[in-house]
Amino acid sequence: MKEVENLHARYAHALDDDRLEDWPNFFTERGVYRIATAENEARGLPLPVVYCEGRPMLRDRVQSLRHANIYEPQRYRHVISSVLIEEGKDFIKSASSFLVVRIMENGETMLFASGRYQDRISVKEMLYEERVVICDSRRFDTLLAIPL
Amino acid sequence: MLERSWPSEGATRVPYWVYQDEAVYAEEQRRIFHGPTWSYLCLEAEIAEPQSFVTTFVGEMPVVVARDASGGIHAFENRCAHRGALICMQARGKAERFSCIYHNWTYDHAGNLLNVAFRKGIAGKGGMSPEAKPETQAPKQFKVHAFQGLVFGTLSKEAPSFEEYVGPEVLPRLKRVLVKPLKVLGCYTQVLPNNWKLYMDNVKDTYHASLLHVFFTRFRINRLTQQGGVFVSQDGAHHCTYTKMVEDKGDAYEKDGMRSASSQAFKLESPEMLHQVDELGDGVSIQILSLFPGFVLHQIRNSLAARQIVPKGVDRTELHWTLFGFADDDEAMTRRRLLQANLVGPAGYISMEDGAATGFVQRGVAASPDRASVIEMGGDKVGSGDSRITETAVRGLWKAWRSHMDL
Repeated sequence: MKEVENLHARYAHALDDDRLEDWPNFFTERGVYRIATAENEARGLPLPVVYCEGRPMLRDRVQSLRHANIYEPQRYRHVISSVLIEEGKDFIKSASSFLVVRIMENGETMLFASGRYQDRISVKEMLYEERVVICDSRRFDTLLAIPL
Repeated sequence: MLERSWPSEGATRVPYWVYQDEAVYAEEQRRIFHGPTWSYLCLEAEIAEPQSFVTTFVGEMPVVVARDASGGIHAFENRCAHRGALICMQARGKAERFSCIYHNWTYDHAGNLLNVAFRKGIAGKGGMSPEAKPETQAPKQFKVHAFQGLVFGTLSKEAPSFEEYVGPEVLPRLKRVLVKPLKVLGCYTQVLPNNWKLYMDNVKDTYHASLLHVFFTRFRINRLTQQGGVFVSQDGAHHCTYTKMVEDKGDAYEKDGMRSASSQAFKLESPEMLHQVDELGDGVSIQILSLFPGFVLHQIRNSLAARQIVPKGVDRTELHWTLFGFADDDEAMTRRRLLQANLVGPAGYISMEDGAATGFVQRGVAASPDRASVIEMGGDKVGSGDSRITETAVRGLWKAWRSHMDL
């Protein structure tokens, strides 16, 4: 399904191009965004690394990154692949793999995160009703500022 | 022996070689982590079942923490007596006994060597001499103490009791949080590009919180003008700082032109994330508590967590976070704790900067091992007080560290 892959791609480019202000608009008004780890998921533990319910909370995250939090200038490069799609009447389920490379201002480049997206996408709006980011590793280098 | 000497100013200076010197790092393992200190091992809730175990670290040492069939808790070095391989590879699980994968030597839950495979050989051939004493190389065993749901261990016979070690200033503040059985919500690891002591130093630095962490200040979660205080143990090793819930209406930060107060337009659209229920009943919104050498307990609103500091070389540290609630939390409280998980951890609104700031120090001092930190806020003494514009707890850390290191 082209629209789903297109949604994933536009999402990734917005983050990688530092258009953080566009990020909440990839979600429905009450869309949920959650970063988890595979370990906690497997143990049935609910702890999120980041957890936003609805666009206002997503916008708060962006505002805080822009105006409150202190972190070194950095960029991501998302690579998304192996997109699986399961179509339903009101929503589409999608599972995909991702790699995120982090590039610091001095050029230092590292594989920052790998994992899978588990999405529920509204058919009507073609936006994420829920995007769960399940990181393969429990380990995060220094800090996680920009969303995955 | 270390060929280093402390700056003549004493308590108000910390030379930068403490974060860089390989010999100092090696000596710390011996004198501090294997010495008369208590190290955090895990939550009791993580090994609730008989015969369950977790693996962890004390300093560089890999450690197994296990509950035996009758409920007793033990901890031992995760090193086989035979060739030194890890006895247990899993992060957690259940086991009737532990078998080293390499040659199948087996251990009980206390780390006692039970069986050496083919010790007597087969059909009279091979095997070990009857005089062989592989037990002389047995993994080290910890003395273990469970305190209100937290498990601590020490390798030293000289260590005082856990309660005596923590002391009367900080012990009540530890009890204050651990009032009921705990429930694990999840865990993760933050990798810090700096020496382990820079993180401990940061935790004990009550002066930085509202200056570095703009999120705090901007939303008046924690300003130094709010009522609060700091407790430091007699020996300086442990500390606790707290802030009351009362909202600060003053403008001391604005008057001083602080960066942290400058972004006037910034307002939360969804402040429900910050709503606190005063579950401990004393109106404290934040309490940060540290136990030397590597344990931190936080209460930030309704977020509760144990942070374990695991050194991984002079300039690398792992911070193992375990967030928890109480076993009897209702759905609303669990949801509140999960929303407030946004405040902490590697992506935490108010804690992500700590990883960055401590790394900046490690990098900043690269060429200046013989220069020193200036730690003079609040004078040169170590002690409790009602102001957080002080570095008294930081001086405490170094007082304790120097006493262990004989420097």
